Amino acid sequence: MQSSKTSGIWKVITASSVGTLIEWYDFYIFGSLATVIAGQFFPKTNPTAALLSTLATFAAGFIVRPFGALVFGRLGDLIGRKYTFLLTLIIMGGSTFAIGLVPGYETIGFAAPLIVLLLRLLQGLALGGEYGGAATYVAEHSPEHKRGFFTSWIQTTATLGLFVSLGVILLTRQSLDADLQKSIAKFNDWGWRIPFLVSIILVIVSIYIRLKMNESPLFVKLKTEGKTSPNPLKESFAHKTNLKMVLLALFGATMGQGVVWYTGQFYAQSFIENVCKIDFGQSRTILIWAILFATPLFVFFGWLSDKIGRKWIMLAGMFLAVVTYHFLFGQLLSIADSKNRTELSQLKQVKTTLSPISKSTYSLRTTVTKNFYEDGMILAETKKDTSYNEPGKITAKPDIKISKTLGSSDYWEMVLIVFVMILYVTMVYGPIAAFLVEMFPTKIRYTSMSLPYHIGNGVFGGLTPFIATLLTTIYTDNKLSGLFYPIIIASVCFVIGALYVNNKKDLSISNA
Amino acid sequence: MWIAIGPVAVYYLIKTAVSEIAKKPLIDTKIQWAVFIIIFIPIAIGLVIFGYYALKGEYDEQM
Repeated sequence: MQSSKTSGIWKVITASSVGTLIEWYDFYIFGSLATVIAGQFFPKTNPTAALLSTLATFAAGFIVRPFGALVFGRLGDLIGRKYTFLLTLIIMGGSTFAIGLVPGYETIGFAAPLIVLLLRLLQGLALGGEYGGAATYVAEHSPEHKRGFFTSWIQTTATLGLFVSLGVILLTRQSLDADLQKSIAKFNDWGWRIPFLVSIILVIVSIYIRLKMNESPLFVKLKTEGKTSPNPLKESFAHKTNLKMVLLALFGATMGQGVVWYTGQFYAQSFIENVCKIDFGQSRTILIWAILFATPLFVFFGWLSDKIGRKWIMLAGMFLAVVTYHFLFGQLLSIADSKNRTELSQLKQVKTTLSPISKSTYSLRTTVTKNFYEDGMILAETKKDTSYNEPGKITAKPDIKISKTLGSSDYWEMVLIVFVMILYVTMVYGPIAAFLVEMFPTKIRYTSMSLPYHIGNGVFGGLTPFIATLLTTIYTDNKLSGLFYPIIIASVCFVIGALYVNNKKDLSISNA
Repeated sequence: MWIAIGPVAVYYLIKTAVSEIAKKPLIDTKIQWAVFIIIFIPIAIGLVIFGYYALKGEYDEQM
């Protein structure tokens, strides 16, 4: 009896987790390939298309997710968890596959960015409905004293989805031709579609698995007893009893969790690539390794939360992030700094190529200078300017790009630092599914937990890379000024959570 | 305190938005800051409501 119950819960976890992982993968490949997609669908030469690019990036990830939470949360509380999060999977899978098929701007003109924007909005809506369903579904099958452990498997899926998306993109980017540069060129031209198209196979498998599962036992009981909510939205947000808990979930938990999640993964990778100027491939493999080592800790902290409560694990993660981010990101900068290193000047390479500019006597001059250092670092500077063939005439502002490849020791030091940041992520995120589920009654659980989750993660967390980058353009002298945002948000959340959230364990969630 | 943070945050948000749009009056900048303001104003209102509930002792049973 016990072993069939145990195998039953593992089937539930698999059905939920695989689908959720695919949905995160589908969502993240768009973000990871944003620059390539922008070039294909939102050319800068067309201001309106570029405008749509901004909307697609902002609106889909941030505004639409909470709406998805409301729409699908309500549906999940009315008709059931199983069919609702099956629907979100179909919408996500379908829109992702369709993005891979949309012809570029050069082929179908203005229709291209409009279609991609619409599909991206659908992705955001679907994601808004997915997590609440998956977490609720697993939690409502779990025994009370192991809810944190079993739901923590769902908590691995967002990070693993990111991991798979990075891996698939890197592999595809390098595999399209024997010559790496040609492979990258093919990837930027058409190969970027492959990660979108292949996801459909995984989506179909996930749909098949989910179709075979039963509805949540707690929801079935509720429905049988006629106790489902006739208006989950009204009951969730228009009555003080529940609204106050929604607000506490947001301001005392998911707000801080969201910024820590995005800072430790997305902003860390963006910081390494764009501020530290580390090579594209290395900036991603650093994150991949750190994710790989840290992922088991989601389950550990979920398990631990069953023993000692959820609150202080999550708050400890926020606190550690607040007090150590400045140091950790400072260390990333320090590792990437090429000053005070011993250059092997005899190995220095300078290569200049000239490409004639049509209808003129001038040429585009590309100068690639590579400096090699004793510890293995390679610093490549690519400078593009115009060769005028006229004495004294030079380009006022040449385009200069710097890319650094780290030596082995520095590379693994960066992996360690990012691992520490993702450790904080596992602390704030591992227990939170169980935490959120326990805050709300069964009949409005899907609706009530989805909204604070997606505001905390989609809005506060999702905006982290943008706001952090924006701060560095305002406070230009301080490369770490981007950290003001996550530190302030996590600090406020820590104080609210410490003061107002309880740490009760073994809470029953079978209440209507 | 939480009741006060909401309006203060909105004030600084709008102030920064006006300043940044003045520096770079492109459509992209305007859209980005409009999105920030549209999203964060309801959240700030939520924080004010949260602060009101906290003041009324609604969360005392949680502590």
